[in-house]
Amino acid sequence: MYKAARRLGLVFFPAFDWAISPTHPEREERLLYTQDQVLEEGILDIDGIYEYRPRLATVADVERVHVCVPDVMSRVTASHLIAAGGAIVAAEAVLKGEVDKAFAIVRPPGHHALRIVHGARGFCNINIEAIMIEYIRRHYGKKRIAIVDTDCHHGDGSQDIYWHDPDTLYISLHQDGRTLYPGTGFLDEFGGPNAFGYNLNLPLPPETGEEGFLYALDHFILPVLADFKPDLVINSAGQDNHYTDPITNMRFSAQGYARLNDRLQPDIAVLEGGYSIEGALPYVNVGIILALAGLDYSGIREPDYSPARVAQSSRVSDYIARLCDETYKAWQQRETLRAAYVRDKKEISRRRQIYYDTEGLMETQEETTLVCDSCGGLTWIDSRTDRGRHILAIFIPRDACRRCQEEGHALFERASAGAYRDGIYLQDRVADQLLKK
Amino acid sequence: MFVGLDMGGTHTDAVLIAGGRILRHYKTNTDPEDYLGTVTRALEAILAGINPSSIKRLNLSTTICTNAIVTGRSSPVGLLLEPGPGLNPALLACGQKNFILSGSIDHRGRPTSPLVEAEIKAADRELQQAGIRHLAIAGKFSTRNPEHELAIKEALSPGYDFITMGHRLSGWLNFPRRVFTAYLNSAVAATYSSFAAAIETFTTKKKLPVAPDILKADGGTLSLEASQSLPVETILSGPAASIMGALALAPTWQDAIILDIGGTTTDIAFLAGGVPLYEPQGISLAGYPTLVRALFSYSLGLGGDSCLQVQEGRLTIGPGRQGPARALGGPAVTPTDALITLGRLDLGDKAAARQGIAELGDKLGLGTLHMAAAILQQMAGEIARQSRALLAKINSRPVYTVREVLAGKQLQPAQVIVIGAPAPLLAAELEAAFGLPVIVPHLAGVANAIGAALSQPTTELTLLADTEQGLLTVPEEGLREKIPAGFNLERARNRALELLRERLVRLAPEVAGTELEVVEEQSFNMVSGFYTTGKNIRVKVQVKPRVTPLKGDADDV
Ligand SMILES: [Zn+2]
Ligand SMILES: [Zn+2]
Ligand SMILES: [Zn+2]
Repeated sequence: MYKAARRLGLVFFPAFDWAISPTHPEREERLLYTQDQVLEEGILDIDGIYEYRPRLATVADVERVHVCVPDVMSRVTASHLIAAGGAIVAAEAVLKGEVDKAFAIVRPPGHHALRIVHGARGFCNINIEAIMIEYIRRHYGKKRIAIVDTDCHHGDGSQDIYWHDPDTLYISLHQDGRTLYPGTGFLDEFGGPNAFGYNLNLPLPPETGEEGFLYALDHFILPVLADFKPDLVINSAGQDNHYTDPITNMRFSAQGYARLNDRLQPDIAVLEGGYSIEGALPYVNVGIILALAGLDYSGIREPDYSPARVAQSSRVSDYIARLCDETYKAWQQRETLRAAYVRDKKEISRRRQIYYDTEGLMETQEETTLVCDSCGGLTWIDSRTDRGRHILAIFIPRDACRRCQEEGHALFERASAGAYRDGIYLQDRVADQLLKK
Repeated sequence: MFVGLDMGGTHTDAVLIAGGRILRHYKTNTDPEDYLGTVTRALEAILAGINPSSIKRLNLSTTICTNAIVTGRSSPVGLLLEPGPGLNPALLACGQKNFILSGSIDHRGRPTSPLVEAEIKAADRELQQAGIRHLAIAGKFSTRNPEHELAIKEALSPGYDFITMGHRLSGWLNFPRRVFTAYLNSAVAATYSSFAAAIETFTTKKKLPVAPDILKADGGTLSLEASQSLPVETILSGPAASIMGALALAPTWQDAIILDIGGTTTDIAFLAGGVPLYEPQGISLAGYPTLVRALFSYSLGLGGDSCLQVQEGRLTIGPGRQGPARALGGPAVTPTDALITLGRLDLGDKAAARQGIAELGDKLGLGTLHMAAAILQQMAGEIARQSRALLAKINSRPVYTVREVLAGKQLQPAQVIVIGAPAPLLAAELEAAFGLPVIVPHLAGVANAIGAALSQPTTELTLLADTEQGLLTVPEEGLREKIPAGFNLERARNRALELLRERLVRLAPEVAGTELEVVEEQSFNMVSGFYTTGKNIRVKVQVKPRVTPLKGDADDV
């Protein structure tokens, strides 16, 4: 019988009893045909492929990453906690050495969930990869981690969560934000002052084909990973680059996804988006599973596949080549660029507006970070929504230096509850706790 | 009166049951060269002097198919596969001649590429030339739409002896298992059919008023007639016979562990609320995973005849068996010798048993009686440890809904039911090792034959409805019919139960009134461009598995 060259753990959680709404792309049926295909191919009988049962992530797991307003349980359903818990189960299987790799095929996804959570954004309430990654670091020690986000949408939530973290390299490949939700993910979004260069975006033009993705992998992603030398590579495995996806405009195929994963060989893959639930997901997911397990995936093909559907124009090819070149150069010069950006500033602020598409909510953030050469830097965010919520969230990073820790606690003490009607939050990652007053 | 016969690898047991009592019990060695002779010898013995008209049920559990497969004494099979795109099908080519055909069906049962008639014709010619008379046809997703499998059969020359169609075997998805199951079914068809014919001759000659039923691995039975198109269903029914026997002897509504302690192995099974647990997929045989539904049973290489050894200061039990106990002239010391030494068993040459145990004791610095006690303690401990490991695995089986994750239902056995010949002699050690009450039913030694006698027909069926396509498919029945607008889960459930009732009447008319149940039902909205275009409905129904309790209300038992 079939035997996997690499042991692969699967967490399959289709949440057959959960939907955003009956006709929403993120609904009960979304992983149904993937399950059909996985079962019919006999994947779970393959020697070396093991299926794990998901569990619920805890509130503490979520609070390690997010400040949920007013609290975690009013912002999530059980399904969100199971998706995050499923990702944790997948990661633990790898870190305990039970398997070589793992793939969490869970729903709903998470990469649009930012540090502060007022509601759902782009079908995401909490960031399941980030919750998994911080769980790994809390229980398995400090690790350098690279996230390669291959979802067609820019993972603005993951970018936000790791904006100030030089130990987490976030690389996102996505359809250009000028043409697709959430409208972010450009080259100049390069990371916060203490992690400048550790956030890399590659906005691809619409109609990017098979060739373009694999070019970006070979000429940009793999070289950057070789420089960064991560302990773990995580794939945010969004599958909405598929040529049949109803809400995007790319031309990737199941073969393409399989080949990309074959070369990238992430330690853990976590399903993100992908809404062509019949035409793409069954084939893409099986392709990725086989590629990760080191099995022959050459026979994976969509029923309507043709080379013409995945071809790209030479204009697109030229553009991607220039883009890769420019972004890789910026990565190489990150130290110089950081010096120019920070100069002699003590703290750096930014102001932005964040739109919650699911509930039509607008949030305004004033974010300030202490420039720090010895840690990710203390950050605090003054956050208001157009519904009248107003909070202050203070973030002490995982490996905060003494000064950043002390300043964080002092700020929490000092800030007056009267000024923030919905509370003051202190996420203290050193102590692994979330305080609220 | 009920007759049950269980043919095991070494022994064949037969029982005659009447009035809630075992009237007769006959044990004989299984002759692997002559299964039919073994069966008829046992039946002759059990029926001697009995008025045939009083026999109400004759159930047989046989190893004939298992053995044909394991020993390779099966017919050559021509395999016609339609794998479509996907996993490389090279490893599925288990037939003597294998043909990978063009064509494909998708998960919704839509043909996505056509068959190529010339390929089928070429395969047909080659099969004819090679003189292969048994075929198996299996296509990916054929359970969602069997039309390609049927068209392949149609395109072949008429007159092959036996053809298995993949979609008729099971409604479960799993193409590799469908291929292997179809292959095995055709491979044993000839052997099985000659066995069935001989049994029929026997019952006719004996003027028995009932046709025999054959035990399946799921603990249910199938009529002899129906079993001839599905002989693969009769493989590995031995463990099921034991489990059903334990249930008949010690009915319970609790979670429980069932142990069948034999000479070479201890089989471990579980009850959830008194109902036996199934294998999640299907049973495996001779390295072939199949779609044959089976009760969950794990065979641990530890039994009364396991050889005992002291290696590097530690006692090991099994997994091998080198022969009978030292007391019976065997080469190795066994747990049976320990039982004899402790005076719990009166058998064979006691001095030889004692001598063997003493030799082992010397190596560990233990006195003879201490050594014998330690052996039994260790044996019970290993059985308990393995049972707990299996339980942990079962309790971590994946689930696919929020409801199930939140419910976190766990199997928590409240008792251990032990059968098999050494069962009563090990009860104390097992009770200590498990920390649970141990029940050793009276007649634990012949539980398997009792289980065979008291098992009842089972069958299942899968209904898939796709309201967008307006089609309903029941693979096990080879049925594909149009459905009206407004078809919904409730109508699907009713149709499935109606079809199952019809199937049961056909397969086992004597229990047609039996209780049916819905095992699984789901209905999904299918959406295209943000509008609901139809429903994808899936319903699985089955005959509620059960066993006639030995001393139940049924007065004909
Ligand atoms: Zn991305
Ligand atoms: Zn996406
Ligand atoms: Zn600092």
